[in-house]
Amino acid sequence: MYSLWRTLDRPLLRDIALVCLAVGVIGLSYGAIAVASGFPVWFPVVLGLLVVAASSEFLFIGIIAAGGSPVAAVLAGLLVNARHLPFGLAVPDVLGRGAWRFLGTHLMNDETVVFALAQKDTARGRAAYWACGLGIMVCWPAGAAIGGLAGTVIHDTGAFGLDAMFPAVLLALILPALRGDRDKRRAALAGSALALAAVPFLPAGLPVLLALAGLSLTTARKEAVR
Amino acid sequence: MNSPMHSPGTLIVAMLVLAAGTYGFRLAGPLLRSRLTFPPRAERLMETSAIVLLASLVATTALTEGHGAAGIARPFGVAVAGVLAWRKAPFLAVVLAAAVATAVLRLVGVE
Repeated sequence: MYSLWRTLDRPLLRDIALVCLAVGVIGLSYGAIAVASGFPVWFPVVLGLLVVAASSEFLFIGIIAAGGSPVAAVLAGLLVNARHLPFGLAVPDVLGRGAWRFLGTHLMNDETVVFALAQKDTARGRAAYWACGLGIMVCWPAGAAIGGLAGTVIHDTGAFGLDAMFPAVLLALILPALRGDRDKRRAALAGSALALAAVPFLPAGLPVLLALAGLSLTTARKEAVR
Repeated sequence: MNSPMHSPGTLIVAMLVLAAGTYGFRLAGPLLRSRLTFPPRAERLMETSAIVLLASLVATTALTEGHGAAGIARPFGVAVAGVLAWRKAPFLAVVLAAAVATAVLRLVGVE
């Protein structure tokens, strides 16, 4: 683990810390919403520790709070989280070795994957992945606990523009990959257009998976299929 | 647990199923990669697929809310971030600019 921290330089650590902090603040509203919906404080905290995928947890809590069935809440959450399968295909080298791999696998989420992909080499990618993953493992449930206890202190994270931070984080980290690669750019644009067109008609999670059809525009696929 | 209509046991089981299923999705990718050998081009395709997923997450979380449009403030904030990132501004500036631009628009009543 020591080499992991040595690989991380100050600017990268600062960027990761900012993202973890933002995740923690969103955790505040997640915890507050869950408790306001009638859940005990520990529920969003344990859910956060065991699932570590914010959008599926918001959805799970929201569906139950609206009177939906637990089965519907689980299925909706799983649908949103299905993208972790292709994520795992893309970043198998950063998950760690031996028993660490079980924890490394659990740390896989949008933020850790995008930080790993944005690094130049695997060692740096692995270090960024772990630092971000462990930070989120702490900040997300801690935010949920504080938000659940403090109640509606920060109910409206929208007022601070926090909802714009998540897409901005992902955008900033994938832009370098898109800039240098026409194939990726085309696939990403086509996939995004497809996802946006599907949003009004499909349940949450599916539009993003549908975006994978954009891969058909890459030359890599044509050659791989051949 | 005073959540509407469900016993604590039911909700705990639901939580565990969601957690186990999510872990299964996370585990499936690395397992497949370690069991099978893929041609280099297929491996490149897998990296591209992660970028495509992340790009479509940017698009949907920036521009939509539920099944409809997200209004003006958030797309504007993310667009500001996009311009800054394209011009190679530091990550910190990019992300904070998104939040500030969105918050300022909301402050003046543009949702």
